[in-house]
Amino acid sequence: MIPANFEYFAPKTIEEALQLLEQHGEDAKILSGGHSLIPVLKLRLASPGVVIDIGRIAELKAIKVDGSTISIGANATHAEIAANADLKTHCPLLAETAAQIGDQQVRNRGTIGGSLTHADPAADWPAAILALDAEIVARSSQGTRTIKAADFFLDLMTSAVESDEIVTEIRIAKPEQPAAAVYLKVPQSASGFAVIGVAAQLKVTNGKCEAASIGVTGLAPKAFRASSVEAALVGKTLDEAAINAASAKADAEADDAMEDIHASGDYRRHLARVFAKRAVLAAAAKA
Amino acid sequence: MKISLSINGTSYDTDVEPRLLLVHLLRDVAGLTGTHIGCETSICGACTVMINGKTAKSCCVLAVQADGAEVTTIEGMAQDGQLHPVQEAFWEKHGLQCGYCTPGMIMAVCGLLKDNPNPTDDQIRHGIEGNLCRCTGYQNIVEAVKYSAEKLNAQK
Ligand SMILES: Cc1cc2nc3c(=O)[nH]c(=O)nc-3n(C[C@H](O)[C@H](O)[C@H](O)COP(=O)(O)OP(=O)(O)OC[C@H]3O[C@@H](n4cnc5c(N)ncnc54)[C@H](O)[C@@H]3O)c2cc1C
Ligand code: FES
Ligand code: FES
Repeated sequence: MIPANFEYFAPKTIEEALQLLEQHGEDAKILSGGHSLIPVLKLRLASPGVVIDIGRIAELKAIKVDGSTISIGANATHAEIAANADLKTHCPLLAETAAQIGDQQVRNRGTIGGSLTHADPAADWPAAILALDAEIVARSSQGTRTIKAADFFLDLMTSAVESDEIVTEIRIAKPEQPAAAVYLKVPQSASGFAVIGVAAQLKVTNGKCEAASIGVTGLAPKAFRASSVEAALVGKTLDEAAINAASAKADAEADDAMEDIHASGDYRRHLARVFAKRAVLAAAAKA
Repeated sequence: MKISLSINGTSYDTDVEPRLLLVHLLRDVAGLTGTHIGCETSICGACTVMINGKTAKSCCVLAVQADGAEVTTIEGMAQDGQLHPVQEAFWEKHGLQCGYCTPGMIMAVCGLLKDNPNPTDDQIRHGIEGNLCRCTGYQNIVEAVKYSAEKLNAQK
């Protein structure tokens, strides 16, 4: 399995990369970790004439935590996010999600920016990014724009990133109660991709839920916020009955459920409800 | 495209097509056939090597991405005719049968023990989840990892 030939560029700055992208237009593909793109090239599902490797742009790697914001460079690898001490303190949901992606080899190469842009419906990051209400920063030679996580995933393997744009950074407001969060998944046994993944970030005061945000991946062609669960939790005392009633709505926003060799649509819906319940229980227990 | 990289401490300057996979560079250009190709689809881990000290599946990396990097393959593990402690552990604990998965498995075990020098059984099984073995049933591989950990910790 050998990719079709292409021309290769390895720019050192974002400006250089954007210039190359503008010059080569639709014929060019960005390469970061390569753990989604290279398999696609090997299968010749895509044969771009030009590959622009952004893996050598140092400024895309930074992970910063200051004041009220967390900023993660698009090229931060899953392994770097999983191991980052600041993130473990200020947003453990990120580190916990990263640690559950694929295997050590995949985590050492794959990046958060690549995963989000690729928008695989079974990817883990979308659930966490939705639950954290993150913003994705994309740059083109025309300028910079910020896309809310809720507007970022458009359809199966389709994100809001345009072909002349590079995702530079993921921004997250520090959660008020960082510990009250959890990511739980049912992995596909070979690749580790999520059959279902549920990320929950809560704010709980004296047992009462003040805020809840829940991201669900793996169920529908695109990851989504389980708004019905969230609405059913807020204002309630988080006992088992309340959590049961709320998590029964975990698939309410999914018009279509995916079906494949790993699970039927009905089973995925069932898993979403069960894992939403477990995730909320676990996050509440940590609050 | 001209690239230069170090493989097991030896520098290689070579001209490659950008589409050449790192595993093919290692096997066909450098002649280091210890790195195996099992699935070619990034699943089995047989092609695992270290790039700048971090494990990677070399069938999912372009050779040009490794330009300037230090690559370590199974051939770089033994020093002065002495097996690396992890290699010795696989021998001692019968951590292999046909040996096809072994070079990649050993590199993954080195990666695992670097991050976690004292893994539990469960952490060991998670640590090698990117490497498939069709022969051993993993039990003796887990034993070999524990033995490796003891050996490496004793060296410190
Ligand atoms: C064996 C295996 C197991 C895996 N298991 C999991 C798993 O359990 N969970 C999971 O979530 N994922 C899993 N993955 C996918 C992995 O996380 C990928 O690394 C990730 O989806 C893509 O990131 P990348 O950096 O490798 O992107 P690349 O493959 O380099 O790029 C992916 C796509 O995004 C575009 N792109 C990349 N970066 C940018 C950017 N900054 N701006 C604009 N466009 C960009 C590329 O053009 C391409 O279209 C697995 C992959 C493999 C090979
Ligand atoms: S040959 Fe590379 S993972 Fe199987
Ligand atoms: S020993 Fe044969 S595949 Fe592992």
